Amino acid sequence: MRKSTLCLAVTGALAALFLAMLAHARAEARAGTARRQPSLELVRRLGLTDLCLFTEARYTRHPAMADRHAAFQDHPMALDHFPSGSLLAPPAFPSPHAPPPPAIPKHP
Amino acid sequence: MRPPLQRYRNILDFALSSLLRRKGRNLALLSVYALVVFVIASLVFFVQALKHEARELLVQAPDMVVQRLVAGRHDPMPLAQAEAIRAIRGVAEVQPRLWGYYYDPVYGGNLTVMATEDADLAPDAIWIGAGVARTMRVKESDMVPLRGYDGQSTLFSIQKVLAESSELVSADLVLMAPKDVRALFHFPENLATDLAVQAGNPRELPTIAAKIVELYPDSRPILKAELLRTYEAVFDWRGGLMVVVLASAVLSFIIFAWDKATGLSAEERKEIGVLKSLGWESADVLLLKFWEGTVISVTAYLSGVLLAYAHVFFFSASLFEHALKGWSVLFPRYRLVPALDGYQLTVLFFLTVLPYTAATLVPSWRAATVDPDAAMRS
Repeated sequence: MRKSTLCLAVTGALAALFLAMLAHARAEARAGTARRQPSLELVRRLGLTDLCLFTEARYTRHPAMADRHAAFQDHPMALDHFPSGSLLAPPAFPSPHAPPPPAIPKHP
Repeated sequence: MRPPLQRYRNILDFALSSLLRRKGRNLALLSVYALVVFVIASLVFFVQALKHEARELLVQAPDMVVQRLVAGRHDPMPLAQAEAIRAIRGVAEVQPRLWGYYYDPVYGGNLTVMATEDADLAPDAIWIGAGVARTMRVKESDMVPLRGYDGQSTLFSIQKVLAESSELVSADLVLMAPKDVRALFHFPENLATDLAVQAGNPRELPTIAAKIVELYPDSRPILKAELLRTYEAVFDWRGGLMVVVLASAVLSFIIFAWDKATGLSAEERKEIGVLKSLGWESADVLLLKFWEGTVISVTAYLSGVLLAYAHVFFFSASLFEHALKGWSVLFPRYRLVPALDGYQLTVLFFLTVLPYTAATLVPSWRAATVDPDAAMRS
C-alpha cells in the first residue's frame, strides 16, 4: 500500500471522528435540556443564585452574593490564600455590584 | 488518476518518506503539538460548557436579590422591608430567603443550609444534595446530627437525596423547614438572609433597584444580569485558570514554532539541494514542505481536539479536577453538556495549524531559492 493512501485513510478517519464529535455534541446538547430540568426546577423553586463549583469559602461558593470585601471584589491584587482564588477572575470594572444609578424620573 | 492529482500524491508519498526518515524526532514533534492542542482545547471546551450551563440554569434565578449591608458585610434583612419592597410599583413578588453556611466539623466540609416550605418535606426531616450524601456517606432514611448554635446536636432524618443530575446547583445543599433553620442558627423570627424579588416587567428592574436603594440606602440589590455577568467574568479568558494554562501552552507552542522557523538542519538543506539538482522546482520543494507541515499539524489538531473532547465530556475533565477542587472537601460531580462553538474551533485551527505550516515553509523557501551546489556544500 502506498504511504499516501495510508496517510489519507488516517486523516479521513480522524476527520470522520471530528464530524462524529460535532454530531455527538449536538445530540448531547438536545439531551442536556431534559437532563437540566431537575436543576432548573430547584433554581426556580428555591431562588438559587449560584452554581455549586467551589465549596471551600462563601465567596467561592456564591461569587454573585459575596460581600464587597471578599477576595477580588475590590481590586485584582487583593489576593487570598485559597487555591481557587487563583482560578476566579477579578470582577469587571466598574464592579457588577456597583449600585444602580439613582436617577428616578418623578411623575409630575 | 489525473496527472495533477498523481503529482500531488507522489509529492505526499515523498513527504511521508522524508518524515519517516526522522521518525523519532517527528513523532516527538507530533506528540508535543497534539498535547498543546489538547490542553488548549480542553480548557476552551470546559470553560464554554460551564458558561453555557450557568446561562441556562440561572435563567430561573430570581430577577433580583436584595441584601442588607452592615459595616460593609452582608447582614440579615428585616422581614418588614419585604412588605415595603412588595409595595413598590412593578414588583410582582418578594420571597424572603432563609439560608446560611454550616461547617461540618466531622468531614470538614462546608454545607449550604436553606429553608424550603415544600409541603412534601416531613417534620424534622431534611433533603440533602448528592454531594453531601457522598461526603457524609449517608443515604435516604439515615439520621444526621447537625450541631446547633449552642453546641447541641439535633438529629434530622434524611427524607430525600436530591437528584445527582442537579449536582451543579445542589451538591452541598441541605434543605429543611424554616423553623429548623431558625432553631439551628438561632435566627430571629423577624429576619431573613435576603429577599428574592420578581418583577412584572424585567425592563423595570433598574428602576425598582433604584427605588429600593432610595428606600433603604443600606441595601444592595443584585440583578439577575449581574449574576450572569459574574459567571461570564469568572470564566472569562482573563480568568486565572484560563490565563495560567493558556499562557504556558501558548508559550510552549511559540518556542516550539520558533525552533522550527529559525532554520532547517544541515541534513534537510542538503536534501533540498539534491532535489533541486535532480530538477525539482522551488515550487515542488515548497509543496513538499507544505505537505510535511500539513500532515503533522492537521493530525495534531484533529487528535488533540478529539482527545480534549473525550477528556472533558466523557471523563469529566479529570485532569483539571485537582485544580478545581482546591481546598474543597465537598466537590460536585457533574457531567457537562457540550457547548461547542464553531468560532472557537476555527480560531484554534488557525492559531495552531497555520503558524506551524507557515513556520515550516519560510526556512524551506529560503533554502529552495539558493544555488543547489551551495546548498549541498553547506
